[in-house]
This record gives sequence, structure tokens and C-alpha cells, in this order.
Amino acid sequence: MTASAQPAVQRDKSHSHGAVVPESSRAEWFTSYDVGAFEVPSGREEIWRFTPMKRLAGLHTGAAATGSVSVVVDAPAEVTAESVPRTDPRLGAGGVPADRVAAQAYSSFTEATVLTVAAEVRSPAPVLVTVTGPGAGKVAYGHLQIRAELYSEAVVVLDHRGSGVYADNVEFVLADGAKLTVVSIQDWADDAVHVSAQHARIGRDALLRHTVVTLGGDLVRVSPTAAFADRGGEVELNGLYFADAGQHFEHRTFVDHAVPNCTSNVVYKGALQGEGAHTVWIGDVLIRAAAEGTQTYELNRNLLLTDGSRADSVPNLEIETGEIAGAGHASATGRFDDEQLFYLQARGIPEDQARRLVVRGFFHELLMKIQVPEVRERLEAAIEAELEAVGV
Amino acid sequence: MATLEIKDLHVSVATDDGAKEILSGVDLTVRAGETHAIMGPNGSGKSTLSYAVAGHPKYEVTSGSITLDGEDVLAMSVDERARAGLFLAMQYPVEVPGVSTSNFLRTAATAVRGEAPKLRTWVKEVKESMKELDMDPAFAERSVNEGFSGGEKKRHEILQLALLNPKIAILDETDSGLDVDALRVVSDGVNRFKASGEAGVLLITHYTRILRHIKPDFVHVFAGGRIVESGGPELADVLEAEGYVKYAGAEAAGV
Repeated sequence: MTASAQPAVQRDKSHSHGAVVPESSRAEWFTSYDVGAFEVPSGREEIWRFTPMKRLAGLHTGAAATGSVSVVVDAPAEVTAESVPRTDPRLGAGGVPADRVAAQAYSSFTEATVLTVAAEVRSPAPVLVTVTGPGAGKVAYGHLQIRAELYSEAVVVLDHRGSGVYADNVEFVLADGAKLTVVSIQDWADDAVHVSAQHARIGRDALLRHTVVTLGGDLVRVSPTAAFADRGGEVELNGLYFADAGQHFEHRTFVDHAVPNCTSNVVYKGALQGEGAHTVWIGDVLIRAAAEGTQTYELNRNLLLTDGSRADSVPNLEIETGEIAGAGHASATGRFDDEQLFYLQARGIPEDQARRLVVRGFFHELLMKIQVPEVRERLEAAIEAELEAVGV
Repeated sequence: MATLEIKDLHVSVATDDGAKEILSGVDLTVRAGETHAIMGPNGSGKSTLSYAVAGHPKYEVTSGSITLDGEDVLAMSVDERARAGLFLAMQYPVEVPGVSTSNFLRTAATAVRGEAPKLRTWVKEVKESMKELDMDPAFAERSVNEGFSGGEKKRHEILQLALLNPKIAILDETDSGLDVDALRVVSDGVNRFKASGEAGVLLITHYTRILRHIKPDFVHVFAGGRIVESGGPELADVLEAEGYVKYAGAEAAGV
């Protein structure tokens, strides 16, 4: 049996369900490492229909690399960092590109960065990977693989900044019992275009906590995919984004439950302000027939701070077995709750301060999940600065 | 001495069929040291009066005036009214997810007092006030009103009353939904606030039971969007015995 629930795009607080069967099951999606295997998308395809293709700077039409990113790894001695050629046999183990831009990146990179946390090693400090864009007007492709071996434990922060056009694949390969926490920050300059496919392969009883934070860039499209290799795996896909006037931030999560007794939890929250600010969240979850005992939940919330901004939110839940522990989703997009503002103001708190309290409260749940204090503080400051900028 | 003066107040709300008048000429003066009870059947406009004084955007004042010590309250924003010394304990306190109660209380106290309270004395002050209201200290770490029971929300309102110490407090159906013990705890809180003799209280209620705990100096009967009769505490006893039938007709008397 295939059950599917696909609510229409929501622009208010109401939550309506429509039973729309997607054009094709996520199970049937085409994947390939080879860019030539994908047709050039027109923008009308389901997976591209929200993306402003003209602003992709040719990433989907075969743009050649004209520059390169700088990748600086700051890791404790317990974590190995290597720069490897594209022929390295380990590459590609995390997942296969599922769209043309990801395949273009896979076909184009010349050198990959591989970080390895050896078996039973617990990294004493977060690993910081700083990726700086190729510069305004330049195009670059990249590849990063993070390997968490048996029962290892590590926190990795990917910090994307700078200018230019960048497409990449990031792989997380979690062996049995590994615990990996990843925070991917997209804090690009205003001109930047970044399309990132992030693939996770999660071993038996392994745990991935993945948080995407998108704060800057002209067009940022991040597609985190998590697949379970064996039973008992657990994944948290969290996201936090703050789009300003003219920015397009798109996040497409996909959790593939193909084995029994795995757990996934997806929470994405965004705030938008200014004319033309546009965010898209697509949350696909597929529970295959074999994935009995699956527990999954996904949630997306958007807060429209000003007129002229738009949030699209589409959860897709496909369930091919009835023998699951639980599956649910929720999506809502709304403006400030006037009653909350009234309550805070009625206690003497000025309106701008009351608005900030409400927005901070909105993101609080996600910020608390980021276990790296420096990163959390930086994000709190960034949110504060965003609010300051529009006098909200 | 603080004085809240409401004169010939007319208030409307927007409905699908256009503006609908809810208050039709309310006259009321509350002075420091006085406790006024406004009683009336459901739908008579009692709560609208409290929201109009607090400045809720849903309610439009079409004519009349509200002043606090001669200052034009209607010209003030919601937060300015609170900082001027008005407080509304709400019938349905609003949940604010992700904002801790302790952060909220301190932010409000800072705004109303004009400076941040000293941390050491503040913590003590909050703790003592919570203790007086039989509140678990763990409340401070929970999100504002989120997951609070009805009684917990009302205690939280009275906690704010104690900490913000306004000139005039309006209590909108603070007694509704409280069991006997909670009603006593909440009433004691209001009486402590009154004890200074420097604050005025406007108590809005449907029932007389809270008036056994909080003694009013004046009782007003509210019906059809205005005050139709005023008297001393004895008027409450008459209402207890006879209900609102006389004022609003059997239909609106409700229970």
C-alpha cells in the first residue's frame, strides 16, 4: 500500500490536508554520479519548480569551473584530514547524486577533502571546516566526505562563507554505533550561489544530528538526504533559516527508511523579511515495505515578518508498510501572533523588543539543539543582527 | 494619588457585518485605594472594557476618553499604558513558546521600572512572590504560559501584578476556572497588592464568590455595554440573590 499526504502550500496558520499522490514515488527517483545521465532541467520539473533557474549561474547547464574554493580544516589530532584525488575508492559511499547540479559537482571536482574519525575515537573538540567561495563571478565545484568509524563520536562544523558560485556534494558515512553531529552554516555574501547535496549513510545503531543554518547568499539550495544501512539508526535533520529581501533559500530533506526500527525527526524553522524573500522547504520521507517499526516525524514552521515575503512548505510522507511505530508531519506558515505581541506589550515591553522576544522564542528550540556553544552564540548574534537590520 | 477616569466611552469591534458597538457610554472613576467590582451577565461588554483600557488592537474607541492622572491613555501605545501604571490580569493569558518565564518577567520589570532590577535582589524578589502564590520555582524556566493549567496561568498573572506593582490593576475574570484553594491563593495575592492603599483595583467578574475574598468598596452592574447601577458592597448581595434578570432581561441573564 502506498499512502501519501501532500498538503498544499500554506500561507496562513491553518493546516489542511489534501491527499495528492506525488508524480513519482521517491523510491523511483533516478540517481547517478554522471552529469551526462541527467537531462538539463527546464525549471518546470517537480524538483526544480521552486528554484529561480536564471540565478543558478549555469550550474544546471554545465558551467565549467573557473575558480576553486578554499577549504581549511581545523581539527584535533584525533581526527585525520586528507586531500585526495577524485579516484579515491572511498568516495561516493555516502550517497549518489539525485539531480543534475549534484551530478555536475560530482563529475567536476578535482580534489576531495576526507575527514576520518577512527574507530572508538571521541573527538575532544569540534572539527571546524571553513569553505570560502571562489570569489565573485567565479564557479567552483567541491567534494567533502566525513567518515565516522565504528563507535566513534565527533562534532563537525561546516562554515560556508565568501562570494561566487559553488556546487558540492558532502558525504557523511557513519559506521555502526557512530555518533556524528554536523552543523552546516551557509553565511555567504549577498552575491553567492550555493547548491549543496548532503548525503548520509547511517550504520546500525548509529546517530546523526544534522543541522543546516542558512543566513546569507543570493540563492542557497541544500538537499540533505539520510539513508539507513541497518537497524537501530537514528537521524535528526534540523534547519534554521533567515531570508532577507530578494534571497532564495531552499531546503529539501529526504529520509529513506529502507530497513526496520530506525528513527527520524525533521525540524526546519525559518523567518522571512523583505520584498522577494523566498524560502522553500520540501520534506520527503519514504518508509519502504521492509522498514517495519519506523518512527518518523517532520515539522516545518515559517514566520513571515513583513509583507512581500513568501514561504513554500511541502511535506511528503510515503508509507509502504502499516507496521510502523509512528509517522507524522506538520507545516505552518504565519505572521506574528498579534495576541502574543499584545500580551508582552501589556506588560510594558516595547513593541520592537516584544517582536524580538517572539522571534528568539520561535528559534529557541532549534538553537538549544546546537551543542557547540560558540556556534550557538554566533547564531544568536546573527539572528539579533537580522532583526536589528529591519528594526523588527 | 492615582486616578483612572473613564468618560462616556464607546467602543466597537470590526465584524463581517461592519463595526459593532460593544460599549455604549461607560463612565467610571477608580482612585488609588479603592476596589471596584464590575459585575454583569456574559456578553455585557465587561471584558471589552478591560481590553479597551489596555489598548488591544481589536477594539476601537469611537468616542469618549480614558485618562490616568489626567494623561490621555488613548494616545498611548499598549506598552506605554503598562509603563504608565496600568495592568490587566487577563482572563486568557497568552502562551509565548520559547520565551522563558524568568526572562519574560525580568524584561517586563525592566521596562516598567525603567531600569534593570539588580540581579541579586531580583532573584530573591521573584522567589518570594512565587512562594506567596504557592508556585513551583521550576515555573521560571518554562516557556511563558505554555502548558500551564488554568490555575497556574492565573497565579502567573497575579505574580506579574506583584512584581510590576501598577497604579491601577484590572482583573478580568481572574476567578474563573479556579478551585477553592487557588481562589484563596490568588485573592490573597490581590489583597497584598491592595494593602499599600496606593493602588486602585477594578475587579471584573460574573460571580460573587471572589468578592467574599476581595472586599469591594463599590459594585457596578454592567449590562448592554454600560454601567446600569452602582452601589456599595451590599449590591453584590442583591445580585447574588436575584441574578441579573432585572438588568438584562431573562435572555441575557445566563448563568
